[in-house]
Amino acid sequence: MLTIPSTIPLLGWSWNDLLFLVLTGGLLGSALMVVLGRDIIRCGLWMIVCFLFLAGLYVLVGNPLVAGAQVLIYIGAISVLILFAVMLTQSKAGPARLVFHHQAWAAALAAIGLAIMLVIVDGSTSWPLAEPDRQATATSEVASRLFTDFVLPFEVVSVLLLAAVIGGVFLAKRDDAPRSDSDL
Amino acid sequence: MSHTLDAYLVVSALLFCIGVFGFLARRNAISMLMCIELMLNAVNLTILAFGAFVPTLQGNAAVIALLVMAVAAGEATVGLAIVIAIYRNRRTPLVDEYAQMRD
Repeated sequence: MLTIPSTIPLLGWSWNDLLFLVLTGGLLGSALMVVLGRDIIRCGLWMIVCFLFLAGLYVLVGNPLVAGAQVLIYIGAISVLILFAVMLTQSKAGPARLVFHHQAWAAALAAIGLAIMLVIVDGSTSWPLAEPDRQATATSEVASRLFTDFVLPFEVVSVLLLAAVIGGVFLAKRDDAPRSDSDL
Repeated sequence: MSHTLDAYLVVSALLFCIGVFGFLARRNAISMLMCIELMLNAVNLTILAFGAFVPTLQGNAAVIALLVMAVAAGEATVGLAIVIAIYRNRRTPLVDEYAQMRD
């Protein structure tokens, strides 16, 4: 019977490392496609890919419940909402000729500077409470925390979501007054 | 590599910076909202990485990540409604053509 070796044959890495590299590369690559793409619909579709890779990373870090919520909420709800808004606001001329501001080089400098700074800070900090290896989180523990220690934030978030729904409907509602130009 | 906290923190820092660049550089308002989502996801990855590696944060991190997701959903709803409301008045989703407030 064929058995899978405990490490990758030629490289000597563990399989989790390979998984981490694949997920990370896919995550950062698709995030770059979201940011740099010209066609905004394709940017939205790449964002779905990016969220999928991120859900994979959540599983790798030992949190399958949050990975499931990521797929349901981000891919199922937020991405669809964003794609709908893209289709509502797309002009007939197709994608804009100029995707970036003229000051995009300054934004690139700021982002690269921030990245270098964060990596340096991360490298020079030791985390005294961190264990040498990660541990999976039991879903039952998440549930008990959610309904004991965090029950007040849970209720507040439900009120916040209700307010967001009402506010969204109110903002996007067409006003009834007759307008000179035709509506959407 | 997948067994160190630093690797996850560096990944989420890079994701956050990609989001920052997109937010500052894109002209389309909906692209900017997408980049905000990328940044929120980077923060969520940081929270979960700390939760996986620090035993005292174990269950709390997952709960906080779920709450962040709910708040992100509310933010996306209101943000997109604002973009659509502005689009109805100005007929363009490009933020640098909203010059009216500057005058």
